[in-house]
Amino acid sequence: MNLRRLLAISRKEVFQVLRDSRSLLTVLLMPLMLMSTLGYGVNLDTKHIRVFAYDREGSQASQDLLKRFQSSDYFDLAATVTDYRALGAALDDGRCQLAIVIPYDFSARLHDGRPVYVQALVDGSDNNTAELAIGYAQGVLASYGAVVQAEYLRKSNAPSVNPVLSVDARTWFNEDLESKNFIVPGVAAIVMAVVGVLLTSLTVAREWERGTMEQLISTPVTALEIIIGKLLPYFALGLFDTAICAAIAVWWFQVPFRGSVVALVVGSGIYLVAILGLGFWISVATKNQLAASQIGLVTAFLPSFLLSGFTFPINQMPLGVQPFTYLIAARYYIVILKSVFLRGTGLSFLAGPLIALVIYASIMVFLAKRSFHKSLA
Amino acid sequence: MTPANGISVEVENLVKRFGEFTAVDRISFQTRTGEVFGFLGPNGSGKSTTIRILCGLLHPTSGRATVAGYDVVESPELIRRNIGYMSQKFSLYADLTVFENLRFYAGMYGVHSTELRGRIDWALEMAGLRGRESSLTGTLSGGWKQRLALGCAVLHRPPIVFLDEPTSGVDPLSRRLFWELIQRMSADGVTIFVTTHYMDEAEYCNRLALMNGGKLIALGTPTELKLGSIQGALLLLECERVGDAIERVRHLDGVRDVAVFGNALHLVVSDEAVAPAIRTALEADGISVAGLHTIRPSLEDAFVALTTRRANDAPTELSV
Repeated sequence: MNLRRLLAISRKEVFQVLRDSRSLLTVLLMPLMLMSTLGYGVNLDTKHIRVFAYDREGSQASQDLLKRFQSSDYFDLAATVTDYRALGAALDDGRCQLAIVIPYDFSARLHDGRPVYVQALVDGSDNNTAELAIGYAQGVLASYGAVVQAEYLRKSNAPSVNPVLSVDARTWFNEDLESKNFIVPGVAAIVMAVVGVLLTSLTVAREWERGTMEQLISTPVTALEIIIGKLLPYFALGLFDTAICAAIAVWWFQVPFRGSVVALVVGSGIYLVAILGLGFWISVATKNQLAASQIGLVTAFLPSFLLSGFTFPINQMPLGVQPFTYLIAARYYIVILKSVFLRGTGLSFLAGPLIALVIYASIMVFLAKRSFHKSLA
Repeated sequence: MTPANGISVEVENLVKRFGEFTAVDRISFQTRTGEVFGFLGPNGSGKSTTIRILCGLLHPTSGRATVAGYDVVESPELIRRNIGYMSQKFSLYADLTVFENLRFYAGMYGVHSTELRGRIDWALEMAGLRGRESSLTGTLSGGWKQRLALGCAVLHRPPIVFLDEPTSGVDPLSRRLFWELIQRMSADGVTIFVTTHYMDEAEYCNRLALMNGGKLIALGTPTELKLGSIQGALLLLECERVGDAIERVRHLDGVRDVAVFGNALHLVVSDEAVAPAIRTALEADGISVAGLHTIRPSLEDAFVALTTRRANDAPTELSV
């Protein structure tokens, strides 16, 4: 390995990237685009579910209950209506996702201590929101019921009130359970996968297509010098993009950053080598820019997005799919990102995913090296 | 480096097949140190394939080849240090400047930093690109690109240079300039191995190998090829009614072959003494003869004569 030849390759690659406006735009705009679309677009929070109410009694008690819906963050009491048909219509055209019907004998039954049934009609076309809406509605009713029960017992001068069991929950790492804190750190993994694979997948294929590779491999330069020399500039660009992503996450989305910068840089560096190695391997194997960029997108973007645990928790995926997640470099990096941002864990706690990434990166560089022949056939 | 026996490239029974297609078919030759060795032949005759094998870019199917004393299969890396190669397609980086390309290839060939500036200056001077160091290479015209590519290929002063169709698509003046550069390098002791399909360029070579259909059909100096390829003499006939004249002379005694050249005819005859008989025969048919005299065959005549011989003939070793 000759350092001067390696650096000559890197310098040439830097000149080429700087003169190629498409590559530059990819590097600069991809983090901004993905950060804004994914940061704002992928919102798994179910809050402000629109509710229509049909209060058939109109008593103090029934209004009390509706106020509890109103004051919850999870619900917006959008309107009250006066017949079933209006409720049906509102569910049909999507003006509400949940409809509450309070029976005409609501306060009378409460007063007599008889069971009360409040009807809830839910739009099940989005099953996730529907389930959450039912859950939240039951919570609202349960807490109202507990208050009513306590009042009832007090009024009837019962000798002792049985304590009501309740959970006093405190959430760690993502205190407000905001999904942006869960999503935004992971966007860096997607950005780097797309930028890294897209740029490197073109770099070797372009040289084959333009015929410059034939000239290059007639010189004494070695395969490893070409690979490392070409990867160095893209490595720097990848780290630059990581920094942009981290800055946007912390200063724009206000995601907490509790871990160490060192852990972030080390993790990102190893992940980048894995991703760049993958792109390089694709480029070496296809020798064709169009094929390389398409294969690059399919192998880097989609799996990183869907199978890495970025949006969907891996342990909730079908058992048949789970083994494939181990083939996705982003899977390991997202663990590191979430830990560094939210948990504040240092390098020592991340040994598992870090070692996995080192192995992944070594395999990618090995495959790229093995596929790269200094020959035309 | 170049072995002491004065042989730069040695090829023995070299074969290259791509599937069913035989691109190079058992060729053998040697090039001597410091000569301009031309590979002449039509497109697809196996010239580029041979050159790529010699540069270690393709593996031969069978046979043996050494360049600068190193075997092409066993030590391609040692060969690459001793050669300069210019591929058929322009293959410098169009999005780098002239200077950046030179500096890049100086880096690839490991030109020492003390020599770097001098070699780049030399290449700029040679290519006539002084003052255009910071032009993007893609914006240069064909002749400049070609000379810059040559400059890049010889920055490390290789003893052997392979040039694959270096002047295709370049204007005639640039071609002349380019060949002057080649002659100068050859005078400095560099072995030049060049392919071409231009007959006029082939005349500049010290020795020529004629390739056709993957086979080496003749090898010799341009003069040897021209004289040796035609048994007998070549007559130039200028006359009226060329079509009738062909029919008339074709069957005359001593006429071996007739070919149209422009608006005249080339006749291959067993002996130039048959000329008066030809003139008499034509004039007897009322075809007036404006001129009939012996000419030296051109390389093109030689090439046509040699390629139309039976394909399975052994290669012709020509000497005078």
